[in-house]
Amino acid sequence: MSLEPIAFGALAVLLVASALAVVLTKNLFHSVLWLALTLTGTAGIFLTLDAEFLAAVQLLLYAGGVVTIAVFAIVVTERLVGDRITQTSRQIFSGLIIAGAVLVGLLTFILRAPLTRPRPPLAGDFTRAIGDAVLTRFVLSFELLGMLFLAALLGALYFARPDD
Amino acid sequence: MPASVSLQGYLILAAVLFAVGLFGVVTRRNTIGILLGIELMLNAVNINLVAFARFNGDPVGMVFTLFTISITVAEVALGLALVILIFRVRRTAIADHLDLLRG
Repeated sequence: MSLEPIAFGALAVLLVASALAVVLTKNLFHSVLWLALTLTGTAGIFLTLDAEFLAAVQLLLYAGGVVTIAVFAIVVTERLVGDRITQTSRQIFSGLIIAGAVLVGLLTFILRAPLTRPRPPLAGDFTRAIGDAVLTRFVLSFELLGMLFLAALLGALYFARPDD
Repeated sequence: MPASVSLQGYLILAAVLFAVGLFGVVTRRNTIGILLGIELMLNAVNINLVAFARFNGDPVGMVFTLFTISITVAEVALGLALVILIFRVRRTAIADHLDLLRG
C-alpha cells in the first residue's frame, strides 16, 4: 500500500498536464493524442482504486474506441475542408473565469464535506461483484444498454452514410 | 507522505480535470475540440464514481461507471457522426459558423 500515494501523485501530475495539453494545444490531432494519454492515465487511477475491470473497459472503449473515432473524424473533415488542422481558441478570459469559478466552488464543497471515512479493506474481487450485479440486479439496465448501442450504431451509420 | 490517498485527493483531482474540460468546452472553436472537452469532463465524473464506490466498498458505483463509460462512447460516436454530417452540409467545423437556427 505504500506505493499507492506515489503512483497516485505521478498519475495526477500526468493527468492534469495532459488534460491541459488537450485544451491548449493548437493542433487538433495532437489534442486527440493528448486525450488518449489522459484516458490511459485515468485507467491507471482506476487501478489504484482496485477497479481492474473498469481500467480494462476504460482502455478498450475510451482510449481505443473514442480516440480512433475522433482521429477518423479529423481525417475525414480535414479532407473535406482542405486547410490545416490548427485551431484557435476564443474567449480565453471568460473561459478562465467560468472554469475557475466552477473549480473554486467544487473545491470548497469537497474540502468542507465531512469525508473522513478511511478506505475499507478490499472485500473480495470487484470484478466478480460487478459481474454479479450486472447480470442480476441491473440486468434490465444492461439489456437497455445493448438497445442504446444498437440505436447509436444505426444513428451513426444513418448520419455519416455517403451521399447517393 | 500518508500511507494511503484519501477520498478528498481523488475528488480534488477529478474537480481539476472537470474544470480543465470545461475550459476547453468554453474556449474551443472547433466542434471536435468541444467534444474532446466534454470527454474530459465525463472522464472526471467517472473518477468520482469509482472513488466513491471504492471508499464505500460497494460495487454498485462501479456498475454505474460501466454504464456511463458505455453511454459516453455511444454519445461520442453519434456526436462525431453529426460533426461529419455538418461538414458535408456546411463545409465548416467551426462552431461559430453554425448559426443556421439564429433568428
